[in-house]
Amino acid sequence: MKLTVAKILVFAAACLPAAALAYKFYRFYHGDFNALTANPGDYITDQTGTWTLAFITIALSVTPLRRLTGWNQAIKFRRMLGLFAFFYVTLHLLTWIVFVHDFEVRFMIEDVYKRPFITVGMAAFLILLSLALTSNRFAIRKMGRKWQRLHRLVYVAGILGVIHFWWLVKADITLPRRWAVAVGLLLGFRLWWRFRSKRPVLAGT
Amino acid sequence: MLIKKASDIRSSEITPKSVYLRRREFIQASAAALVGAGMAACADNVAAQGGGLAKLPNVKKSPLSTTEAPSLYEHITSYNNFYEFAPGAGDGPKQNSKGFKSRPWKVKIDGEVAKPGEYEIDDLIKQNALEERIYRFRCVEAWSFVIPWVGIPFADIINKVQPTSKAQFVEFTTAVDTGKFPMQRTDLLEWPYVEGLRLDEAKHPLTLLAVGLYGEVLPAQNGAPLRMVIPWKYGFKGAKSLARIRFVEKQPLNTWQKMARNEYGFYANVNPMVDHPRWTQARERRLPSFVANRATQMFNGYADQVQSLYAGMDLRKNF
Repeated sequence: MKLTVAKILVFAAACLPAAALAYKFYRFYHGDFNALTANPGDYITDQTGTWTLAFITIALSVTPLRRLTGWNQAIKFRRMLGLFAFFYVTLHLLTWIVFVHDFEVRFMIEDVYKRPFITVGMAAFLILLSLALTSNRFAIRKMGRKWQRLHRLVYVAGILGVIHFWWLVKADITLPRRWAVAVGLLLGFRLWWRFRSKRPVLAGT
Repeated sequence: MLIKKASDIRSSEITPKSVYLRRREFIQASAAALVGAGMAACADNVAAQGGGLAKLPNVKKSPLSTTEAPSLYEHITSYNNFYEFAPGAGDGPKQNSKGFKSRPWKVKIDGEVAKPGEYEIDDLIKQNALEERIYRFRCVEAWSFVIPWVGIPFADIINKVQPTSKAQFVEFTTAVDTGKFPMQRTDLLEWPYVEGLRLDEAKHPLTLLAVGLYGEVLPAQNGAPLRMVIPWKYGFKGAKSLARIRFVEKQPLNTWQKMARNEYGFYANVNPMVDHPRWTQARERRLPSFVANRATQMFNGYADQVQSLYAGMDLRKNF
């Protein structure tokens, strides 16, 4: 019961960034032009991209959190957090389709093909899509060991997401560097943990 | 007795198939309506636009102005790329320039000229005829505005200082003052910001030394107290808050070219055929539009006036 309540709270919190955008859109619609800045399309693309990275990072924190605190219930939130990353990346992709390319398929193909930061972004999206599609219990049961191997691709998605951000900025790398540190620490923790747990125990010394 | 409804959805709420099939146009029309709604809401202010800054006297209208509707003052002054104040467009430059004082301000005009000099900004304004020039403004980041600048035709300045036969280029340098420009304490860009034009580009009747916006003096975030405006080039060519204008023999190395030679050239003419490596230049967002659905015009729509400057040049190489 307590877990259900906690899940509802986490769900509501994860909806807040989208709700904030919707509210700003509402204000914009009613004449407050500053609600979404003078470049609203760019602002929404930026925000949804940032929240995608945020939810990938939060989902990647679950395992380190369990290992460090022993709070194993954290695992119960992981799927939801991952699906929120997928939710925000889908919005992010939609802004690219609608605001950047105005539904022109040939421009989109050209963009993916010609521009490395779009190529890696699209690869990250496809990873998150395949993880979202296999996030149900049926797929988990059906895929067995392969499921875990597939879902390790989230590490790749995190790295590609950071590269995508890094390659798109013009001069100021402050923000992409922050995400690189966050994702780097979370992946580094896993390596360290693996190394540590494989080390033979030196008994009696 | 319970009366069952046939359906939760009234037939009037079902999207007609014809509309559904034209959903792209529908979304575009909605976006247009959206912007229209916002414009209407702001209509009260349109007549009296400005930021309450000092009015510039004796401003003549110019036949070189576009008839397109100018963007709102609020937008032009809250979405600026001005790295001396903050990285990236957005309201950072507006926020970080709040205490900026654009007077007193001296600008030096020297180099290969017969009559070099240093001018106090308000003297420069008094000694020259001011014109209002409503120009399209196209940023290299694929967004655009229509901006009612007030300025001095740069050719008037050139006539006064009389370049020597050695002068082939003009170099524009932004002031360095870490007290005024906080980002100059960081290594975000190489300071000072430098830009340049070929002398014939600088002499072109469209080239403007802007000192005002919407009939008032320039606000800090738009390059106070004086900046260059070259409407057929990407916005970054218009160096802001100028401390020095120098006539030189050799082509200056502009800041963005120094930062990323493969992405930014010396010419930076608006050109829908030559993409930025990371995005297309074929289309633009006329802010505050959400969608980049406006076709970018060659030389930003000033091709008739300026294309002869580049006759015989490979604009792909000289981007």
